[in-house]
Amino acid sequence: MSKNINSMMLKRQSAEKRFRFYGQASLAIALIMLVVIISSMTYRSIPAFTNYGLNLSINLSKENIAQDNINYRRLIRDNISLLDSGCDDRKCRKEFLRLFSSGAAYELRDTIENDPSLIGKDFSKFILFSDDADLFYKFGIDNSLPESERRLNDREITWLNGFKELGLVEKRFSTNLFTNGDSREPEIAGVLGAVIGSLLTILITLIISFPIGVLSAIYLESFAPKNKLTDFIEVNINNLAAVPSIVFGLLGLALFINFFGMPRSAPLVGGCVLSLMTLPVIIIATRASLQSVPPSIREAALAVGASEMQVVFQHLLPAALPGILTGTIIGLARAFGESAPLLLIGMVAFVVDIPGSFTDPATALPVQVYLWADSPERAFVAKTSAATLVLIFLLIIINLAAVILRKKYQLKW
Amino acid sequence: MVDGTENDIKPNGNYSSDNNLLIDCKNVDVFYGDKQALYNVSLGINEKEVTSLIGPSGCGKSTFLRCLNRMNDVIDSCSISGNITINGEDIYNPNIDVVELRSRIGMVFQKPNPFPKSVFDNVAYGPRLHGKIADKDEMSHKVEASLVRAGLWDEIKDRLNEPGTSLSGGQQQRLCIARAIAVDPEIILMDEPCSALDPIATAKIEELIDELKTNYTIVIVTHSMQQAARVSQRTAFFHLGNLIEVGDTENIFRSPENEQTEAYVTGRYG
Repeated sequence: MSKNINSMMLKRQSAEKRFRFYGQASLAIALIMLVVIISSMTYRSIPAFTNYGLNLSINLSKENIAQDNINYRRLIRDNISLLDSGCDDRKCRKEFLRLFSSGAAYELRDTIENDPSLIGKDFSKFILFSDDADLFYKFGIDNSLPESERRLNDREITWLNGFKELGLVEKRFSTNLFTNGDSREPEIAGVLGAVIGSLLTILITLIISFPIGVLSAIYLESFAPKNKLTDFIEVNINNLAAVPSIVFGLLGLALFINFFGMPRSAPLVGGCVLSLMTLPVIIIATRASLQSVPPSIREAALAVGASEMQVVFQHLLPAALPGILTGTIIGLARAFGESAPLLLIGMVAFVVDIPGSFTDPATALPVQVYLWADSPERAFVAKTSAATLVLIFLLIIINLAAVILRKKYQLKW
Repeated sequence: MVDGTENDIKPNGNYSSDNNLLIDCKNVDVFYGDKQALYNVSLGINEKEVTSLIGPSGCGKSTFLRCLNRMNDVIDSCSISGNITINGEDIYNPNIDVVELRSRIGMVFQKPNPFPKSVFDNVAYGPRLHGKIADKDEMSHKVEASLVRAGLWDEIKDRLNEPGTSLSGGQQQRLCIARAIAVDPEIILMDEPCSALDPIATAKIEELIDELKTNYTIVIVTHSMQQAARVSQRTAFFHLGNLIEVGDTENIFRSPENEQTEAYVTGRYG
């Protein structure tokens, strides 16, 4: 008899040990995957954080024209021509100039506008290389390929090696990535425009979906009569949460842009579309957290003579707030990482300017990732990873905010 | 089933008292959906004494209690017919303001349910809600007086800012009683107030009930027959939704008229 019990106990204990091991193993797998994703993303994005450039000495004294008439492009070109290219025809000179970023003129303009005292002096300016030259310094080039299949021909490689021997080449941290909008030139393209676009969009989403979602949840939970219509609405809200996001994009295109005539590619419309997507999530989360408030609190308040509305706003809502905030932020984080519905309302456009208002053309960070991943230039590979890292970083901040808010408003029972 | 007309004629049973009838219930039927929970209950409750409702689980005594402050209103499927008057006023009259009604009838629940607020705010909640007291000093007096009456003041006067939920179970229940009396109700309904408490805390609550009856009319639902015998002047025995017998507590426990009552109070049944 006792032998029987003993063997049963052993079985039970080993079952428990096994179960614990399964749990730890699955957790470990999940962690490893996370580490692999983040580290491979980080590794691939490293080249995007630096740029190679050339320290070019600029001679402004030659220019005797007024400041607002300076032709910066020409200024750069003339000064670059001072370097010895050994060219004697136009095609060769053009090739030589192509090694440098077309964004260099804008940077020179900014430098001079910030410090007009430079006019009339000689000074040294860091000029970015174009993406192909930049990649040459970063990764070298496969010489086994025939010249016609390479991005750089033999003459260009000779020039680049020459710069290096002269000690003019320098590697710098790429601030462009964080301070610029999108660009066709990988070396000057940045995520700031997309980040701002995303933030504007998500702000609209929050403003629209939070009050509407919370109020509808409160009404459904505390005031709505329990009848067929309410049941029907409830079932459909739950269904909405499962609708693929691209469908909301189609709806947004038809409703907001075609019917209401809102501007295309604008954070305003993006926010409206993402609100449609986030609303059911917020409603469901709010209802669940309202339901988790002990009914005894409601009874206590009613018995002291609180009205139904006072019960909701003085007792249920404060107690449910941590859950509501968590649900809202998780819904917003999902919307933040969403790209499909934004593609349909035109937020996939190539936007160079950083959006300044809710109606400016803008794109969102996940869409930017998609755009860069789709670009043919090799330098965009690293940029794509870098933009993804920025996206993940922002999502981590959002989720951290959820944790902090939940801790802060947690009531003790 | 009890003959309703008999109770109509003499709602106080054979009880002789100088006390006035405060709550008068006639032919009360309660349904939860299709299920009938109370059958034609007619019961009078006297002013400033303790009436206990006893009976086996599911007999409808809590349902009856909740009819008195219309707490059954919040249950959608619940419907009530019959007539309940307090001071001659029909509380199911559509013109009655339920919120005002509940401010006159306090309620204490089975499980202590303080709000997740400070002790002070728990007690001050009712008076604030009804806008009775605007002055700060007056409010502290009110809170103190309510806590004193609930026999809690000496134990927690230094802990007024701690959350009400940090008190012990017995203290929490007395806090709930203080919260109920802070709005100056006429009637206090208690739904098994001691079932979650240990004997010492129970004794304290029972003492408190005894004191409170000088100022308040108390209706208490209890599973403990000793408790009913100790604290109440009148006792009503419910069984399967029927009011079987009502009368002087002494009579109910010593010489019940009904066989079922006798079986229940002697512990042979239910």
